[in-house]
Amino acid sequence: MNKAERELAEIKAMMERSTRFLSLSGLSGVLAGIYALIGAGMVTYWIYGVETSLFEGIDVLTTREILNRTLVTALIVLALALISAYILSQKKSQKSASKFWTASSRRFLSALFVPVISGGLFSFALLHEGFFHLIPAATLVFYGLGLINAAQFTLNEIKNLGYGQLILGLIAAFHPAVGLICWALGFGVLHVIYGSMMYYKYER
Amino acid sequence: MKGNYDKAFENVVRLRVMSILMVNAQFDFNSFKELLDVTDGNLASHLRNLENQGYIQVEKTFVGRKPQTNYSATAAGKIAFQEHLDFLENLIKENKT
Repeated sequence: MNKAERELAEIKAMMERSTRFLSLSGLSGVLAGIYALIGAGMVTYWIYGVETSLFEGIDVLTTREILNRTLVTALIVLALALISAYILSQKKSQKSASKFWTASSRRFLSALFVPVISGGLFSFALLHEGFFHLIPAATLVFYGLGLINAAQFTLNEIKNLGYGQLILGLIAAFHPAVGLICWALGFGVLHVIYGSMMYYKYER
Repeated sequence: MKGNYDKAFENVVRLRVMSILMVNAQFDFNSFKELLDVTDGNLASHLRNLENQGYIQVEKTFVGRKPQTNYSATAAGKIAFQEHLDFLENLIKENKT
């Protein structure tokens, strides 16, 4: 009896571990990258652009104001990226006639979002303690770890994307001056590159 | 009693291979190796065994320049596996009552 139960458990485990979440949309990666680039561009302008602009002295933003705007921009970028990813991935799963909400998609999401949500909260802690310059590094590192962790449950390309984010995050941690550039390269450029690669490879 | 205990699935590697092929239309040699953590020779002999029984079929393709060996379950293999599952489930049920 025990042997039969063990065998059934074995079968179930293998079935779960061998199925991957393949509905992840490459196009949503491209869109997320574009939102991130626009967001990073706006923040860069607020931080560096205003001082050197023609309106010097008229429209100088206080640090507080820049922070508030950056936070709102970041949340909007995040929300737009998540919404696009959700809608496009669901469409892709409809097209391939596979269910969107399955054991494999749940495993993928929990593997990705446990590190990512921790990273988000950690970034709020940094914000709270005034370590603003480390926020780009923290978001990149946690996101990279989440992707590497989740890659085993989805398309393999995600792992390299994760390593890319992680490396940029560590560079940003040691050189906070280029933090925003690293952030734009990671969340923006890498997303566009990998998203379009996945789109051409799997969705055309 | 319903179902049939199939000797082909007595070995754990073959049982795992067949479980994977029940939920994946295709699976390649290297992915099996990675997931099952077995040696090339061991895996190859079990795959050949299942193939000889007519439970799985082999298809060799090229991905770019790399050769890839893909495996898929045959209709006979799926039926045999289902019967094996039924047997196990019945065994558990009978032992419980």
